[in-house]
Amino acid sequence: MYRDFGTVFFAVIMGIVMVSIPLIISWLIAPSNKTKDKLDTYECGEEAEGSAWLQFNIRFYIIALIFLIFDVEVVFLFPWAVVFKEMGLIALIEMGIFLLILCAGLAYVWVKSDLEWVRRRIKYGGGRYKPLSASSED
Amino acid sequence: MADLVFWIIAAVTIMSAAFVVLNNQLIYSAVALLFTLFGVAGLYVFLWADFIAGIQILVYVGGILVLVIFGIMLTNKIKSVRISHKSMQQGVGGVVTFWFFIFLFIALTKAPWAFSDAVEPVGTVREIGVLLLTDFLLPFEIISLLLLGALIGAAVLSRGES
Repeated sequence: MYRDFGTVFFAVIMGIVMVSIPLIISWLIAPSNKTKDKLDTYECGEEAEGSAWLQFNIRFYIIALIFLIFDVEVVFLFPWAVVFKEMGLIALIEMGIFLLILCAGLAYVWVKSDLEWVRRRIKYGGGRYKPLSASSED
Repeated sequence: MADLVFWIIAAVTIMSAAFVVLNNQLIYSAVALLFTLFGVAGLYVFLWADFIAGIQILVYVGGILVLVIFGIMLTNKIKSVRISHKSMQQGVGGVVTFWFFIFLFIALTKAPWAFSDAVEPVGTVREIGVLLLTDFLLPFEIISLLLLGALIGAAVLSRGES
């Protein structure tokens, strides 16, 4: 097992080295002439305004939470996939039940429109809200 | 060679963990946490827990860290105030951690460690898979119910409606 992870470790080290070598080379031989225009985010393009540290939409968080749940689900798929061939049909049925229960959760967040970027807020609009609710119901 | 790699991984883990605690910018702390979690995955490999090491990277590095960074980016003070956390109660904290260190040091040096002659496992994923589908079948299926509950609960709570 050490051998297998040795390969992984080697790949990580090579990844770090391969990225840093070009950076070091350009840092060593490239002339450094920093002007205000060169340090802009887009040297020729839109002027960047404000800070990149701005408040994220709350939608990101809920989608990350849903992702995390299915991430944990994938954890159980790995050992299942390793023994799938020898266990045969029973493994398929068991994982089918497992996934079906979680699909109920996916259906729940889908129906409750948690996955949509713009939530439907107006359900049964009347009067001046009628066109709004009609257009957002699709 | 393996010893050298272990010390490198341990050093990366501890130094990045110290950076997480000591840095004043939350977002830098979150990025340093990436290295800590990777280092912990490496330490799991040295404990012959290859499955846990993979899960550590998949869930913690891939999932929870993203959630932590989103959590920081979601705070509505991020524009007006530089997000930072100050160290408080340093005296009390120092005394407590010092004695906790003494306690841990004595416990670790005096403990009668049990050394086993058992053969090192080739890989644990297969055994976990077999056990999940035979002996621990019911817990395995209940886990999906637990995840379903967590999913619905998270959706309801983050929606912020009554």
